[in-house]
Amino acid sequence: MPAADAIVRIENVVKDFGPLRVLDGVGFDVARGQTVAIVGRSGSGKSTLLRCIAGLETVQGGRIEVCGHPVGRPGSAARAQLRRDVGMVFQSYNLFPHLTVERNITLALTLVKKESKEAARKRAAEVLGLVGLTDKLRSYPEQLSGGQQQRVAIARSLALQPQVMLFDEVTSALDPELTSEVLAVMEDLARRGMTMISVTHEMGFARRVADLVVFMHQGKVWETGPTAELFANPRTAEFKQFVGSEL
Amino acid sequence: MIQLNANHLLYLLEAARWTVLLSLIAFLGGGLVGLPLALMRLSKIGLLRALAIGYIQLIQGTPLLIVLFLSYFGLGIVGYKLIPLVAAGISLTLYAAAFLGEIWRGCIEAVPRTQWEASDCLGLNRFQQYAYVVLPQAVRIAIPPTVGFMVQIVKNTSLASVIGFVELSRAGQIVNNSTFEPFVIFSAVALIYFVLCYPLSVAARTLERKAHAGR
Repeated sequence: MPAADAIVRIENVVKDFGPLRVLDGVGFDVARGQTVAIVGRSGSGKSTLLRCIAGLETVQGGRIEVCGHPVGRPGSAARAQLRRDVGMVFQSYNLFPHLTVERNITLALTLVKKESKEAARKRAAEVLGLVGLTDKLRSYPEQLSGGQQQRVAIARSLALQPQVMLFDEVTSALDPELTSEVLAVMEDLARRGMTMISVTHEMGFARRVADLVVFMHQGKVWETGPTAELFANPRTAEFKQFVGSEL
Repeated sequence: MIQLNANHLLYLLEAARWTVLLSLIAFLGGGLVGLPLALMRLSKIGLLRALAIGYIQLIQGTPLLIVLFLSYFGLGIVGYKLIPLVAAGISLTLYAAAFLGEIWRGCIEAVPRTQWEASDCLGLNRFQQYAYVVLPQAVRIAIPPTVGFMVQIVKNTSLASVIGFVELSRAGQIVNNSTFEPFVIFSAVALIYFVLCYPLSVAARTLERKAHAGR
């Protein structure tokens, strides 16, 4: 893909946890509207990479740019811009347990985007509609199933109208039947043209929805390419083995 | 020797009001100083953390009795003669702040780190994270240990008797000196302390239930 199109640009990123090198020169570009699936075994560094893009981890080397801005340090203007551009959804949902579903969504709208209460409420109802949970406005997170909580978390992120959505193993904590309702929401988003980077164990989802698959191994991008091509002709023994074990 | 009578009991009850007042001063003062201490302990600024840790360790490593002596007799010698209520109020505030600061720090830290991460990703600044996400959850966690510590405060106000402040314990001693009925009198004193402390424990349990029901 021509580099000029890249909405997320990752160059030679290095991340250490103490003496352990978790990311060892990772780089790839994501074009606007693309859906990227990052796959690999546990410990391959895929979640860490996503957290680096979200600015939750500081990198020791390399460069990450989103919408032409660096990730920046906490409190910097670049970081504030990153927060406007990027939404993040976690494996453990991380809804605010003391707030209703509606307030979970309107909190950042009123505090960060300085929207009026009415505008924020309207937006909350809208995004809950997108994930099919309009009737849960007044519920508290603990009254919802895991799948519903994760859909609220996605709605909460969407409400801020990010350019890029990051999904960190968002279905790993869910039962199979709840997994499908969350994946359906994500597929719908992909169809609407959202740029998405998803760390996932759902190979079916990766094959069906992703435009680009990034296979990570030992802190490196081991193999990457358009989904169909990559799965049809795995080049490395590690990816072959990985695909085999996931089937 | 004077026969024990109802006036003596009234005297004890009146003194118990001072115990209550001193407890309230200690709790409010301790809370006002303790919350900033807890936040300093968790600050990203090393100097603030060091100051808070130093203060907490100093107070926790010193008997409250000695703090009382220092603030009453010590300050008196160097020209700041405080009345016993003020000296006791200050001492108990210093003491309660150190303990509440540590209790509350623990409660704030008990809120999962992922709540910070999620609110960070939504763009909330540190103040907003504290005010809207972390502290409301920490308060729920903090209620039982805080009320439990209030019971400690009520009982520790009895130490103020050594600087001549006539609260419940000192009043018991005074009544005993004139009637010499220690078993009866100190049983009555103990009972009054229990009556003050027991509702606090009950309140703690009720508040905990309420906090859960309100979710």
